[in-house]
Order: sequence, then C-alpha cells, then structure tokens
Amino acid sequence: MLGLGKKDTTLVLLVACLTMLAPFLLNPFPEGSAMAQFNAGYPDLMQRFVIFGIFAIGFNILFGLTGYLSFGHAAFLGIGSYAAVWMFKLLSMNVIPAILLAVVMSGLFALLIGFISLRRSGIYFSILTLAFAQMMFALAYSVLTPITGGETGLQLAPDDPRVLDTATSASGNIPVPGLFGMEMRDTAKLELGSWVFTFNVGYYFSAIVMLISFYLAIRIFRSPFGMMLRAVKSNQQRVNYTGLNARPYTLAAFVISGMYAGLAGGLMASMDPLAGAERMFWTASGEVVLMTILGGAGTLIGPVLGAGMIKYMENIISKINSDILHSWFAFLPDGLEDFMVAIVYPFIGKGWHLTLGIIFMLVVIFLPGGLVEGGQRIARLFRRKKQAKGDDASKAKQPAE
Amino acid sequence: MSKINLTRRGVLKTGAVAGAGLALPTYLSAQDSGFTNAPTGSTVTLGFNVPQTGPYADEGADELRAYELAVEHLNGGGDGGMMNTFSSKALQGNGILSKKVEYVTGDTQTKSDAARASAKSMIEKDGAIMITGGSSSGVAVAVQALCQEAGVIFMAGLTHSNDTTGKDKRANGFRHFFNSYMSGAALAPVLASAYGTDRKAYHLTADYNWGYTTEEAIRASTEAMGWETVAAVKTPLTQTDFSSYIAPVLQSGADTLVLNHYGGNMVNSLTNAVQFGLRDKQVNGKDFQIIVPLYSRLMARGAGENVKGIFGSTNWHWSLQDEASKAFVQSFGTKYGFPPSQAAHTCYVQTLLYADAVERAGSFAPCAVAEALEGFEFDGLGNGKTLYRAEDHQCFKDVLVVKGKENPDNEFDLLEIVEVTPVEQVTYAPDHPQFAGGALGSCNNGA
Repeated sequence: MLGLGKKDTTLVLLVACLTMLAPFLLNPFPEGSAMAQFNAGYPDLMQRFVIFGIFAIGFNILFGLTGYLSFGHAAFLGIGSYAAVWMFKLLSMNVIPAILLAVVMSGLFALLIGFISLRRSGIYFSILTLAFAQMMFALAYSVLTPITGGETGLQLAPDDPRVLDTATSASGNIPVPGLFGMEMRDTAKLELGSWVFTFNVGYYFSAIVMLISFYLAIRIFRSPFGMMLRAVKSNQQRVNYTGLNARPYTLAAFVISGMYAGLAGGLMASMDPLAGAERMFWTASGEVVLMTILGGAGTLIGPVLGAGMIKYMENIISKINSDILHSWFAFLPDGLEDFMVAIVYPFIGKGWHLTLGIIFMLVVIFLPGGLVEGGQRIARLFRRKKQAKGDDASKAKQPAE
Repeated sequence: MSKINLTRRGVLKTGAVAGAGLALPTYLSAQDSGFTNAPTGSTVTLGFNVPQTGPYADEGADELRAYELAVEHLNGGGDGGMMNTFSSKALQGNGILSKKVEYVTGDTQTKSDAARASAKSMIEKDGAIMITGGSSSGVAVAVQALCQEAGVIFMAGLTHSNDTTGKDKRANGFRHFFNSYMSGAALAPVLASAYGTDRKAYHLTADYNWGYTTEEAIRASTEAMGWETVAAVKTPLTQTDFSSYIAPVLQSGADTLVLNHYGGNMVNSLTNAVQFGLRDKQVNGKDFQIIVPLYSRLMARGAGENVKGIFGSTNWHWSLQDEASKAFVQSFGTKYGFPPSQAAHTCYVQTLLYADAVERAGSFAPCAVAEALEGFEFDGLGNGKTLYRAEDHQCFKDVLVVKGKENPDNEFDLLEIVEVTPVEQVTYAPDHPQFAGGALGSCNNGA
C-alpha cells in the first residue's frame, strides 16, 4: 500500500493502530486504584510521546542512516518553537502557518549549520554541532532576549497584533492555538465503569502528523537516497573513491532531520504556546541521542519507542513521592515497610535519572540493538518454540544466524 | 524504487478511518462541571510544583516541607500553626469546604518547560484544583500563564521579579512574596543613613529577567536619593567564578558594589568580592561596601563568613517576634528540627490564603476564589497587616531590611533585622513604569 512493501505496510498500520488507540492503551488501570499512578493516558504526556517520537525519527534519519552523531539537534527544536510562537503572536492562532514557518526556519538553520559542521566527520562533527547548539542557547537565553523572551521564555500576550485573528478571545483572555476552530486543548472524556479515557484534539493532530512523518521516514529509508546514506555510514572513503561526493547527501540528510526537529518544536509550541531557551540546552540534545540508542538506532520504530520510554519515566516515575511509596508497602509490618521504602526511594521521584541510567546501561550492555532488539529476541524465542514442535526438516532448511 | 497503488477502495478506507479519528473527540461531550477539575469526592487535590533538582533544590525542599505542614494543619493535624493567629477564622481544620486535602508533587527543575510539563500533568492527570510553588521568576511566569489557560488558580511561591505581577500578570495568578521594586524602596533609606547619599555604585547583574528588574529597581531608588551608577555589568547565569568581573570594579572609581545575584550566583560572587579584599579598600575617602538586594538564609549559609555586615532585604525572617511568626517557627521546628526559610514561609502562607479564600467564597471555582482574594486584607500571617491588591494580585506588606550578623549563635542565626520598612513606603501605583505593559485579563474557570 502507498508504495510500501508488505512488511513496512504492516509496520505503518501497527503504528497507526497504536497511536489511534493510545488513550485506551495508556490508561489500563481504573481511576482511583493504586495502579492509576502508572496511567499515562493524559493529553500532555500523550502529546509528548508523539512529538518526541517525531524528533527522534528525524534524528534517526541522520544518525541511524549516515552515522553522523549530531549533539546539537535540540537547537532546531528550539528554533521551531520560537518560530511557531512568533506566528501565533503576529499572524493567527491557527497551527498550520506556525508549523510551516517552524519547519522552514529550522530547515534554513540546519542548512547553515550543516554546511559548516559537515566539513568534518566523527567526533569533530559532534563537537561542532554541540558548539553551535550551545551558541544558540546562549543567544536565546540572554543576548536575543527581545526576540526570544530570554529566561522567561517567549509567551503570548493580550496585546499581540495577530493580524488574522482577534487579539483576545471573547472573555478577554489570550486565545488558544487551534485548527480552523478546533482548539488544540479540547478534550473529551469517555467513562466506562471506573475507567476514564481522554481524547484530546491536540493529541490526535500530533499523532496524524507523526504518522505522516513516520511514513516519509520509511520512504527515505527504502529509497536510493537512503541507500546512499547507508553507504556513507559503512565506508565514506570507499564512496569517495568511487567518484561520488558524499557531502550533498549528508547535508540533505542533516537538513531533513533538522526540519523534523523543527516540526516537533512547532508542534510543541502548538500544544503549549510557550518557547523556552532550555529546549535548546545541550542536555535536550543528549536526550534525543539517548532516545534513539535506547530504542534502537537505525531501526524504524526504535526511536519512537525510546522517546516514549524516556518521556514515560520523566513524567510518571518522577512524580512518585515517599507518601505514595508508604501507601504501596502499607501491608507490610512497620519496620519492614520503612525498610522497603528506604530501598526503593532513591529510584523514584527526583531519582528517576538514576533509574533511567540503569535501564540505559542494561540495554546498551545486553541489547546493543535497543528495545527493538529485545522485541526481536522475544519474537524469535516464540518462533523457535513453534518450530521445535513442528518437523525437524524445516529447521534444517533454516540458515544459521 | 517506489510504486504507488492507489485503489478506489483503499482511498475510501483510509479516508473513512482518518475522518473517524478526527471526528471522535467532537462526538464525546466535554466536562460539564462548570470549571476545571471540580472536586467531586470527599477529597480535594492541590499541586505542589517545586524545584527538587537544580540550582534551587534547597529552597524547593524547604518549600515542600512547608506545604506538607500546611496540609497537615488544614486537615486538623499538628498544632494548627498560623491558622490560630490568622485574622480570618473561616478555616475549621476539617480540610477545605469539608473535603480532606490531598496533594501531588512535581519537580520544576527550575526550567520553564519542565515546570509546565509537571504542572500540566498535575492538572490533567491528578486533577489538581490549584498549583503553587516555584523558586524562580521565569518558572513562576511560565506556570502562571499555563494556569490561566487551563483555568486553575496559581499561588506563586518564591518569585521576586517585578514581572510576575507586572507585565506578565494574570487573572488566575497571585503573589504573596515581595518584589524587586519593594526591595529597592525599602533598602534605599537604610543605605542612605548607613553609607550616605553620595556614593558611586557598580552593579553586577545576573543576565536574566529577575536580574534586570532588580537592577532597574535598585538603580531607580538609589539614584533618587543621590547615588550615582558608574556601570552595570551583566554576568551569565551559569557563571561560577566572578573574579574577572570583580577586578574592573576598583578601577571604575566606584565605592559600592551591588550584587543583583541570587542563590549560587550570589554565594560565588560575594565570596570572590570578599577574597579580592574589596571590603578592606578605601575609595573616594569612604569604606568600600557591598549590597545584596535579595537575601535568603540559605544563601547566607552558603556564603558563610562573607555575609557579615552586608545589607539586603528579605520577605520574612524566622527571628521575627510577632505571635504568628513564633507559632509558625514553633510548629515547623517541632516537625523538622530547624527553623523555616522565607521560601517555606511564603509557600505555607499561600496555601492557607487559598484555602481560606475557598472557604469564604464557598466554592472551588477559580473566579469565585479570585474574587475572594482580590482586595482581601488580613493579619496574623507573620508580615503584619497585608493587602492582596485587586489591580495586580500582589500582596502589600512590610519589608524587612536585614544585615549579615557579626556573631552568629548557630548555623541558622545568620541574619539580623535592621529595619522593618512600613508598607506605605513600598507601595506603588499599579501602572508604575517598572510594572507597566501587562494586563490581568479576566479570570478563567476553564472547562
């Protein structure tokens, strides 16, 4: 379907089902139960899942295909956000122009930064992109305060021009971003027994954008262009000796992945119209590297899984406090309860970084291919069992791994 | 090579699925309670959004302690603290409107983005009816705007920038803490009497929003009494070594250094300045002096010996001897074993003020609560008579001018109160130039 092979079609359909049914899948525990703490099906987090999914998909086009490790990708995320918020301030609260400008602006910056940084490869390339990103951060944080709002971030104000819209809504407040009358934060709740499922306009909008970006990424992966990028990754010298200039290809990949980041930034601003400089800080760039590696670099769905995993930890694990722990272990005798709480406490709340670090370590050591490899191993395990039950003849035909 | 097989059936199918996906949310009805997160059961949830990691983690931890204490008192536990001294007697110690108070916590990381994400999850997931906290003006402004959009009340924690109730004020946001302008207005007369009206000041300013408004306020009030500002230099927020900024101070001919720094910045810059021997110097025939506009006990502890004799201002100090402060220090000390900081005080007071406003309004609806808070006059919360001004949602109360103690008795007793500046002296018009440019808008009840 749509120019994809059978396997890829299945993958796209799978991702489509997962994203469309996310409000159900992420809220498996009934409201009010002790496990409701682990529900992730509220609009803000669901939006973050898909938006950071887009960011990671884009990063993977550069890192997964060409092997160029950019340590400054958050700069494009920030540029996208600033561009989108400026569109909200000047033009209209419709998200379409905002997202378009976000993609264009980040593409232009990516062209400039990529043009300079791609003159070097390996660690030098990483350091150059890191330097650019930190420069952008410093500029946004203080020097360009009139444009970026500095430390406070760029916000909407009631006296913004908004030439195509009214400056303030009927109630005298700042209008919210929307798509032709549908407000991004509009939410409907479906109550089934004690389960509550939340459907949010902003989430579905981001999810559809994410599906389109995912589809585009697959097409890039499977295209001759993608093949060239893989060639650059496996041996750039050989490519050069064949008489091919690799730089236009890498630059194109860099710009595409920068535009993906800008798209994610624009979407973030559309869901929550504020752009802060921290979005461009180097830790944010590092986060997308973590997402990609955690999920599986070079795989199609890996970065999306990695992004989901990290955002889940950041938003769910970090909110468990000692009171909640005490209520979990309340069934134990007092001394034992305190003991269990003391053991678990360092790993929750503000210690979520520690938990993430441990998981990241385990994944890198035991599953170098990321979460995707974990999934493949489990799938293979089941397939083997099935085959073991079947005739031995078919097993002999199977080539060794 | 790619090939596209578009079939009529395929297009129809995809279209139908996409259409259904888009239409789904509009089919289901939205909330019908009249305002966001209306509490339905026997409990009500408050959201405490404080920095648990990052440069202000110490303050965040103390704020959280104060919130836990406030919740305990609201639910009728402990000794009641300042509920006994509070001039309004609406609170019964049976929760808020007979609903037991529960709370959720989050980490702002002192970043606007993280703070908003955390606040959003409190509102969307945990059903928080009010968000409070923060230890930085950037975060406060960002979360305040979010609460305005979402339709919940925001009770600001420690935020000192003029902008929080100035150009970035919002109808759903309220601030008890004082601001840069008040610091300037309170400090100026004390400085004039201590150091004279003929001084040359050199400003080092943290390069962000709070730094700018503080510098502006201190300059305005010191220049009004005759001081001259020689230079004002911005320092990056991430700077840890200020030697290169201190060296030019002496060459400039200035005889006073104003450090518009907070937290770790102030600890480092003050330490550098003292190590350079600035305070032993004589310039223009006067002793060289250093001033820190916003002081906190946690900062004084960080800077150690160096704070001795240095003037600054603060919102509240635990050594105050009024009944309310004593009651608060007593119950905080009993629970945690040490006296509370000014951050803890303002957060505790904000929680009580919110609860009281809900009781008096008889409703959790943000607009009703806002109406109850606007123009509310109260006493007995540690700062004397206080007014929540309706025009900008800023509290007006006495401001403390403090000085680093020469001979501290213990590690908490680092500041001594020089003067309690009466509220009239720090009051300004709502359209004062330092606060101009914003509008409250109208209160938002949300869904």
